[in-house]
Amino acid sequence: MTTFTSEQVSFVATLANIPLKKEEREPLAKGFTTTLEVVDELQKVDVSGVEPVHHVTGLENIWREDVVDEQRMFTQSQALANAPHTYNGYIVVDQVIEQE
Amino acid sequence: MKLNTLTLTQSLQKLKKKEISVQEIHSDVHQVIEEKNPRLNAYLALDYRSSEEAGRQTDTPLSGIPVAVKDNFLTVGLTTTASSNVLKEFAPPYESTVTKRLKKAGGVVVGKTNMDAWAHGSSTETSDFGTSRNPRNPAYSPGGSSGGSASAVGADLCIAALGSETAGSIRIPAAWCGIVGVKPTYGRVSRAGVVAMGSSLDSPGPMTKTVEDAAVLLSLIAGKDPYDATTSANAVPDYTKSLGQGVKGLNIGIVYMDHPLMPEEVKTSVSEAGKLFEKHGAKVDTIKLSPTVQKNTILHPDYAIGVYTVVQRSEVSSNLARYDGIRYGNPRAFFGSEAKRRIMLGTFTLSTGYADKYYVRAQQVRHLYIQNFQQLFSAYDLLVSTPSPGYAPKVGSSEGNPMFGEVVDMLNEPSSLAGLPAASIPCYKDEQTGLYLGLSIMANHFEEEKIFRAASLYEQETHWNSWK
Repeated sequence: MTTFTSEQVSFVATLANIPLKKEEREPLAKGFTTTLEVVDELQKVDVSGVEPVHHVTGLENIWREDVVDEQRMFTQSQALANAPHTYNGYIVVDQVIEQE
Repeated sequence: MKLNTLTLTQSLQKLKKKEISVQEIHSDVHQVIEEKNPRLNAYLALDYRSSEEAGRQTDTPLSGIPVAVKDNFLTVGLTTTASSNVLKEFAPPYESTVTKRLKKAGGVVVGKTNMDAWAHGSSTETSDFGTSRNPRNPAYSPGGSSGGSASAVGADLCIAALGSETAGSIRIPAAWCGIVGVKPTYGRVSRAGVVAMGSSLDSPGPMTKTVEDAAVLLSLIAGKDPYDATTSANAVPDYTKSLGQGVKGLNIGIVYMDHPLMPEEVKTSVSEAGKLFEKHGAKVDTIKLSPTVQKNTILHPDYAIGVYTVVQRSEVSSNLARYDGIRYGNPRAFFGSEAKRRIMLGTFTLSTGYADKYYVRAQQVRHLYIQNFQQLFSAYDLLVSTPSPGYAPKVGSSEGNPMFGEVVDMLNEPSSLAGLPAASIPCYKDEQTGLYLGLSIMANHFEEEKIFRAASLYEQETHWNSWK
């Protein structure tokens, strides 16, 4: 059985970029443990020699011409319309590199 | 007669004969929305300018009739929230392929319907904007995730609706609300512009008052789309031509009736459906459950819960990574608790050290389900069952249960994991509560025509459809 700990919840929250309050960790850990109990049933199934599924209706690579489809292009104002912070026609993002 | 109670097909006939105008339909629909939506919470956003647009659509296949659209289809001019605070004020800059096709065919979007947030759930109770209610009895859940669309159809707050299914999200609400829902083959209908949940599973489809209405809508929205590479190039038939063709010569298998959770009244309804198909010339067998893949048995659906949980949450964690609040939408702190749970569990099942144990194993067991269906469809044309082993539960039943949706959807997960098409049609009504049960009809990939043959026959020969 897989028991999920509060520490694991914190780690996964960091990986998933999900802000969590401290009091949310314990109930989430319990919920994940319950869910993984069901999922762990899959370990009992004999899958020797069975390929994992890649596509259900058997499609293979789909190609298209490498050309610009202008119908799919946004104007600058469309691209910026929903952005919460813009500056001079740019979308403002959080700083991800450290200052000298 | 209030025109909002017309079916799609009846509306089109009356419009053609000029007995009514499309504005009169819109007016009656708007009126009943004002009256009932505050209680049912089927719609999140409405567009009453739609009746003006409708008047310009007289020479189109859908003649301007009002259609309700689940709030995960991007619609220019109407917000698209997927029932989440993350997208609360999101104004899509482009249109989903399905609504583009709907509008081109003369359908007019009257409003956007409530759903479980991000389609995560089977009751609409995970919606950040309140639950929807069952149109047959508002104390009960309409099911989900396409619960707002089912509620709108069931209460005649539209003429027809669009929903989407990952595993059960069309079939469950259709069954619980006493309407018709069709989940097409994966890749039959484009996912472009539909807020993504599980990309290897998501299938948009019609939710309607009758089987014929579903055939009309599916014929208009299906087909290859350059913006969704997983759509099939197979030609789209006119599904209305399958109606009235009967089931003579078809091999039909009845499945899941020996599942321990199956209540007697469901078994009785499904068995009577089997007898009806037999009377009309089909060969009907009962197929037994099996814990392993064996010839002419159906693999137990219990493992599908685990497979579906892993596959869907893994895909969710990847799809919902794009919501960073930078280009559009609110920051990730606005995710509700169910979305957080699914994103985090999916991140875990794909993470280093666990991906083989969970994700790869789940995709292997998924393959066993596909092999099982391939074998069954070499002997059978259709598999008949129920989408839900029981009626809609009371509003509030899903609270505090992290696996509510997965258990409710159990009977739909195997066929969804295999990408199969399926329909749910009303097959019983409890006179005391007013609630319905659904009959599910599943077929092999791209064999929706056989489903329409059986579903239209069943609808004709029984009295369960309330619009008859």
